[in-house]
Amino acid sequence: MNRMLPILFVIATVVLIAIATIQPSSHAPATSPDSAVQKLYAQVKNRDYHGAYDFVANHDAVEEQVFQDELAGTHGSLRTYSQLQKVDTHILHAGDNEALIRADVEWATAVGAIHSSRDLKVVRDDHGKWRVVWPAEKPQRVPPQVIPVNYLRWDVIQRGPYDDWGVQNVDAPKVNIVSMNAIQNGDSVLVMGEIVNQDTVPGFVSVGATLIAKDGSVLGQESAFDHISHTLLPKEVSPFRIDFPGVKLENVKSVRMNTNSMLVPASADPVISVEHQRIETDSRGRKVLRGELVNQSGETVNIPHVLATFYNHNAKVMWVSDAYVDKALLPQTPVPFAVDIRDDLAANVGSYRVTVNHYDQERPQ
Amino acid sequence: MIRRVVFVLVVLAMCWFAEDAAAAGIKPPASPVAGQGMSLETSGSGSATFYLVGPATRLKRSIHLGEPIRLQPREVAAAGRYTAIVDGDGGTSVSFYVAPGKPAELSFLARPSRVPAATQHGISGVVFPFDRDQNLVLEPLPVRFELTVAGGAPESRTVETRHGVAYIILDSGRKEGAAQFVATVGDVTARRVVRQVAADPCDLHFQAERAKDGILVRTAPVRDCSGNPVPDGTIVSFVQVGPHGKDTVDARVKRGVAQATLPANVPSTISVASGVVSGNEVHMGGGQ
Repeated sequence: MNRMLPILFVIATVVLIAIATIQPSSHAPATSPDSAVQKLYAQVKNRDYHGAYDFVANHDAVEEQVFQDELAGTHGSLRTYSQLQKVDTHILHAGDNEALIRADVEWATAVGAIHSSRDLKVVRDDHGKWRVVWPAEKPQRVPPQVIPVNYLRWDVIQRGPYDDWGVQNVDAPKVNIVSMNAIQNGDSVLVMGEIVNQDTVPGFVSVGATLIAKDGSVLGQESAFDHISHTLLPKEVSPFRIDFPGVKLENVKSVRMNTNSMLVPASADPVISVEHQRIETDSRGRKVLRGELVNQSGETVNIPHVLATFYNHNAKVMWVSDAYVDKALLPQTPVPFAVDIRDDLAANVGSYRVTVNHYDQERPQ
Repeated sequence: MIRRVVFVLVVLAMCWFAEDAAAAGIKPPASPVAGQGMSLETSGSGSATFYLVGPATRLKRSIHLGEPIRLQPREVAAAGRYTAIVDGDGGTSVSFYVAPGKPAELSFLARPSRVPAATQHGISGVVFPFDRDQNLVLEPLPVRFELTVAGGAPESRTVETRHGVAYIILDSGRKEGAAQFVATVGDVTARRVVRQVAADPCDLHFQAERAKDGILVRTAPVRDCSGNPVPDGTIVSFVQVGPHGKDTVDARVKRGVAQATLPANVPSTISVASGVVSGNEVHMGGGQ
């Protein structure tokens, strides 16, 4: 018995090592429609795009480079700074040789998680292997051309240390909050509204709010971070939203707003139009504001950031939402976007307005 | 008798000289001015030590009583109250006030650096006159303020300083441009530039027409209510609402006009706005 015990331990160890080592390879052919999608995204997660392309059925319609560009991102887009985090698959329809799988994908990015949902058709080939029919997106190519860009740039010379006392500096731009509204949203109080640059020069603006309790004490102090367009050109209007988590609106007596503006160098370029905006219901049954962004300039916009302001039927700001687009905006090329709307507010939306921020690698700001 | 008379004369002489030594005195100039040399008269005899304490002066000097004490301009450059002390036989002291000199420099604060045209009480100017040694001139002085924009009539006013300050509040002119804001005291002038800029757009109007790749929208020259063109780079928002949803472009004014191309989303209603100012609406029919 004393000799048997070590032998049993050795055998058990070998078996466990074998179990751990001999796992089904992620490159192994998919034996079900669900696993085909999972395996494709597993390769994407490992950044093995060639391996992922092996699970694509329609090689004739989708080039490998186009497939890789779509999943890995190009032109310094947000996708190039992203990592695939999680994929949930749901079988919408399953047949013997064909199935429809919904893939809910979560990407981890520098600006938070980005979710996307896609219905993928999966087919079984003659050898019984399941592969994904990847939606063929033919990238739009802009013909070679020269796009003259002669928009303004504003540069600033501030007062120097050797100027006389009394020599005036250039003033910061005059900005004004044109509307403000405070609401309760779950456990948070949200202060939202719009700010306009009333001046003739660009400015870097920030909006802060202080919640005052009924006894005069300060309940919280926050400022708008990415629910605002910080750089405002002359007469440009931006929404803002300031979140106060863990505060009840009923405890708030008043809201003290404060704005700061700073004169900064800026460029009037690029112009981004927002086309075909409409409120739709997405595949999850949620209301979203969709549309397309078109970069009307000649330079690539690396990371677009969409800000949507929703107004009620009395034209009062009722919600401000934002979304980052993980594709770069190439010149003259429409790129779709979607911004979530709170389902309980969707019925009360009278109108909405979409503005676009942009973050660029090379363009001087 | 003679001896008694001589004794009395000797005592009187001693008393005379003793009184003379005790009367070591100092007399400031009648109306001293900062930055100008001056003399202080002394009386008495013998040696003494002279001290001068002022706003920016600490001075110690050996002197001979009865001779004037000459002070260099740099030693009394700061205006204010001075105390002169003679430390000797029966030492004494005197205080006197040194007034600022003539205005030689103006500190001119003009605000703001930019102002919309035709703004009431939009421009302020404050003047502090200083002499050449940076002493604030406190005596009342007439300050002439003048605001001029090229091609426009200048506006000028004269204000007297009180306690070393003169200020004025002016309306901005109706014409945009770099306004020269000048303050003058005697022959001393300070110049600032206040840029008068176009105010909010007025009567914003645009036209729309079918183009090859959509609908071309173009504003008329965008001007404020005084007729000044708004600066290039100003945002003008076009919004089209049609059967395929809403389309928006934040166009920039370029050479006085904003234009953009919207997708053909007809029949549609197109509107325009800039900042808080709305313009006209254009209805595009399917056949137009």
